[in-house]
Amino acid sequence: MSRLTDANVAIAYEIIGRYPRPKSALIPILHLAQEQDGYVAQDSMKHIAELVGVTPAEVFGTASFYEMFKFEPVGKYLLNICGTLSCALMGSEELMHHAEKRLGIKAGSTTPDGLITLEHAECQAACTEAPCLQVNYRYRFKMTPAELDTLIDDLAGGKLADEIPSHGVLAMVRQHIPAERGVGAVAPEEVNESPEWLNGKSAL
Amino acid sequence: MTSTYAHAPGFVAGDRPKIVTSRFEFADSYTIERYLATNGYAGLRAALSQPAASVHDEVKNATVLGRGGAGFPAGTKWGLTPQEVWPRYLVVNGDESEPGTYKDRLLMERDPHQLIEGCLIACYAAGLSRCFLYIRGEMALAQERVATALNEAYAAGFIGKNILGTKFSVDIVLHWGAGAYVVGEETALIESLEGNRGMPRLKPPFFPAANGLYGQPTIVNNVETLANLPWLLCNGSEAFTAIGTKTSPGTRMVAVSGHVKRPGVFEIINGVTTFRDLLYGEEFCGGIRNDNKLKAFVPGGGSAPWFTPDQLDLPFEASQVGPAGSMLGSGAIMVMDETTDIPAAALTLTRFYAHESCGKCTPCREGGTWLERILTRVVEGTGTDADLDQLIEVGSSICPGDFPHASNADLGLAAVPFPYKMTTICFVGPSAYAPIHSALTLFRSEFEARVTTRKRIPVTAGHAL
Repeated sequence: MSRLTDANVAIAYEIIGRYPRPKSALIPILHLAQEQDGYVAQDSMKHIAELVGVTPAEVFGTASFYEMFKFEPVGKYLLNICGTLSCALMGSEELMHHAEKRLGIKAGSTTPDGLITLEHAECQAACTEAPCLQVNYRYRFKMTPAELDTLIDDLAGGKLADEIPSHGVLAMVRQHIPAERGVGAVAPEEVNESPEWLNGKSAL
Repeated sequence: MTSTYAHAPGFVAGDRPKIVTSRFEFADSYTIERYLATNGYAGLRAALSQPAASVHDEVKNATVLGRGGAGFPAGTKWGLTPQEVWPRYLVVNGDESEPGTYKDRLLMERDPHQLIEGCLIACYAAGLSRCFLYIRGEMALAQERVATALNEAYAAGFIGKNILGTKFSVDIVLHWGAGAYVVGEETALIESLEGNRGMPRLKPPFFPAANGLYGQPTIVNNVETLANLPWLLCNGSEAFTAIGTKTSPGTRMVAVSGHVKRPGVFEIINGVTTFRDLLYGEEFCGGIRNDNKLKAFVPGGGSAPWFTPDQLDLPFEASQVGPAGSMLGSGAIMVMDETTDIPAAALTLTRFYAHESCGKCTPCREGGTWLERILTRVVEGTGTDADLDQLIEVGSSICPGDFPHASNADLGLAAVPFPYKMTTICFVGPSAYAPIHSALTLFRSEFEARVTTRKRIPVTAGHAL
């Protein structure tokens, strides 16, 4: 519902500055909007369109392709239970049934108190630690129904607030290229020469 | 003796040569302090001490095969850029999402500086003036660790303007995705990096080396491929090729998951380690769980046609696995024991690819969905025998002609070699069909037991019944 804050606009400009073409910054800035509001609001997409220099339709066109972007509010915690082969072989279906029963909701919906959104996810790249799940993209390995109960209790009791930020926050560290060290992004049409170090000599 | 590191869940060290996982034993393996204390950035210094062309030659001589799935040698790939077209870019493919696969995630989480150093060496050798490091959206920890490492490396003068006081200048930009399997395909990755929907481009004309990011020559390399370069530059191509075989030198990271006693990620010697070693060897997985019988295994990620115990003695060598009817792909083995419900197992993979179709090519968009729906009703017990033929028919419209499969002594089947023909731009469509084809070819009776056989009743015979 909101446009990006001034602080986030400053971050957005820093991100745009790293790319030879501004539109490349679209996905990282959409993540920034989701970090701010917990989902990607319509107004923020209009704002991003202004920042990047494309139409709001182009922003939504890109955003809607990617599963991580949510266009309506979701729970504070997004619980993704993997269901692809390795996890399925190790009991992810039972885990999902247990989660649905315990939370009283079906996969794809949110608990009435807005705490947890449950989703069926595809391979999360932790196949030897099956069955696995992610809470706001933080892993939990070799999950049993009992451990899932504990996890849900801990989330509800606020015990994991330090480790797991609310939905929308991915990496808690941002890249920052110091002005005096960065080479800077140049549009490709402004470069016609081979890089300086390709001179047949060793650099050091 | 095998050993596991509590801070690197899934990774099993073992007693083998280590090229890319040498620092995993340290709890602080991802810090610049640990990296510098363990020969970190020495490969970069070694590279900068020679002309760019000789670094390129060194990588060519080592035959570093691409670790992303296709197995194309990195040194050869770098040489495919057109002459005198500038600028050229490096795009690092860290969008690891092939079912069963994880090694790039560990390499980014556990040793991000090694990857950064590899990127720098590649940029120096191939004259690439900007590097974009694309990490899968769902990997928050990897993004955090790589962001921290990049910040440290900039501050220490390893990235940016005049690296180590030389004329070599390059920025490495961290980029991250937002959930789309197909973006792991290199041209889709480039589309995504340009801020678009991640749909693959047609090759030709869009071979990235000639016409990639912003229409410029672009090298797309996998994380593990680049992670090999620091060691290679420190130790030389001869030391690299001394490990493994002539056609598959060095090591490879492999994840073995599913019904084995000790699933894990291993750095194995390329070309010689066999599937039997991996599944049954004491230093690897130690056998099938509960000493059950092995039913089938997927040898190279969810896209690969399946193998049965008949293929256990094949080594991790593309030139042997291809003719045997499958591929090594991304180094992911998924093991199914005798208790496995084969049609249901195939469905989890087909559902994945149907779900991940980007929608650009009709055979994949429609065919993948059809395959998923038909197989779902077979698994749920409401299918008919006609559905089994229908699965093959739909699959044949994605992959015309003979589809690769393994040989099988019990069934009297001869192998059909990899690869297949396809009517789609990328491999997502064929991948939706691969598990169905393998399962139906090797375990047809399990499908037949689940479907209702509908006899065709001639109209005239109706009365007699």
